Amino acid sequence: MAQSTFRVHVDPDKCQGHNRCYSVSPDLFELDDLGTSSEVGAGLVPVGLISLARLAVANCPEHAISLTEVQS
Amino acid sequence: MSNRHPPVQDFATDFDHTDAAWVADPYLIWDDLRQRCPVAHSDRYGGAWLPVTHDLVSEVAYDTDHFTSRSVVVSERRPGPEDLPAPIGVSPPISSDPPFHGVVRRMLLPAFTPKPIAALEPFARDLCRELLAATDGRSSFDAALEYAQHIPVRVIVKFLGFPQEDADQFRGIIRLVLEEVDLPPEEREERFAAVDAYMDAQIEDHLARPRDDLTSFLLEAEIGGQKLPVEHVRGTMALLMVAGIDTTWSAIGASLWHLAQHPEDRRRLAAEPDLMGTALEELLRAYAPVTMARLVATDFDFHGHPFKEGDWLLLPFPAANRDPAAFENPGQVQLDRATNRHAAFGLGRHRCLGSNLARMELRVALEEWLARYPDFELSDPAAVTWSAGQVRGPRRLPVTILGRGG
Repeated sequence: MAQSTFRVHVDPDKCQGHNRCYSVSPDLFELDDLGTSSEVGAGLVPVGLISLARLAVANCPEHAISLTEVQS
Repeated sequence: MSNRHPPVQDFATDFDHTDAAWVADPYLIWDDLRQRCPVAHSDRYGGAWLPVTHDLVSEVAYDTDHFTSRSVVVSERRPGPEDLPAPIGVSPPISSDPPFHGVVRRMLLPAFTPKPIAALEPFARDLCRELLAATDGRSSFDAALEYAQHIPVRVIVKFLGFPQEDADQFRGIIRLVLEEVDLPPEEREERFAAVDAYMDAQIEDHLARPRDDLTSFLLEAEIGGQKLPVEHVRGTMALLMVAGIDTTWSAIGASLWHLAQHPEDRRRLAAEPDLMGTALEELLRAYAPVTMARLVATDFDFHGHPFKEGDWLLLPFPAANRDPAAFENPGQVQLDRATNRHAAFGLGRHRCLGSNLARMELRVALEEWLARYPDFELSDPAAVTWSAGQVRGPRRLPVTILGRGG
């Protein structure tokens, strides 16, 4: 049976470097030299970090982060 | 507080952010305007607008076509032909418009990411401990004057590489720039000239003896293979001083003011250190110190209002943070608020460059305070005074210590 998981993504055009997501979870997000955020790797969220991913979405002032369910 | 302007009768048609009623409690005024307008107007300052909902504040922040950042402090004086015009402005990049804004901002951003800011944390922590140690043995003192105000000024002086002993001198200069916006233009000119003269002396000193600090970083920086013009460096240094001091002083002071009156929040924060992450953001939301400003760039209709080129627009991020359409129970401080897209550091491309620095200072200031003074209250609520103008924070904050930490 296909298992569902979540993928987190930061829209680089919307991110303004507030770094709220990075402070919520440095495991899920990383910053470049300018402080712009992106998802770590492919953005697949380990089960234990789903609540942090949701928290990051709910605290991005620019609405730059999306969390989508994917089949794996 | 200022008595230079007549008292406001109706904030919908005659608002003034230096009015005694605004200084005492702007939240009531914004709540009222949100129901009635939600874009207020004033003929003061030569004509100004004030949107108070989260939606409208966001819309203006994202619209760099109809609004220019050429001046971001509303005063009697608009930028004139003698000032550096857009897109550069007098204090780049806050006073710059795209595309120049992005170029300058990208040059500065690496100095303000979490990593370099973390390097300043031990200095900030030692400083907080030193300030608290100086209050030792006293049952009451002024938390704004003896604690909060010293932290950002000394950290930014360290960051820029200016002598620590000059810190006191700056606080005076900066208050005049930010708070005395209703002074006659010629008197304001004199204040600005004093800031420029100090910065010029520092530039000369750093050119002669470069070192590892932000001033030398700016003097070494290049855009398109060219070093920055001296007025650009001076403007940015002045910006970092002005933007980095009153703002964070206000955030620390307002947070202590809240904690002094809410024993349950105080105890919770002292008992649950993990709460600091959300608590910090909630205090920033509820007591966001900074209202920005724009100038209208071109005549256009803004939701039925005839905006004219050169009109001021106050951009109250603190009002956006109290909009019930954007935040549940916005008037209530909930230290564990989980959904909190507050706009304390602005929105869009002008997001506060120093937000990581401000957060570090606020967190360290509260951690060190609570470690030493977990229990305290306002000595006299009526003795607390608040700043006027676009940066809101307590300027007198007498507290009484009820219990001591280890």
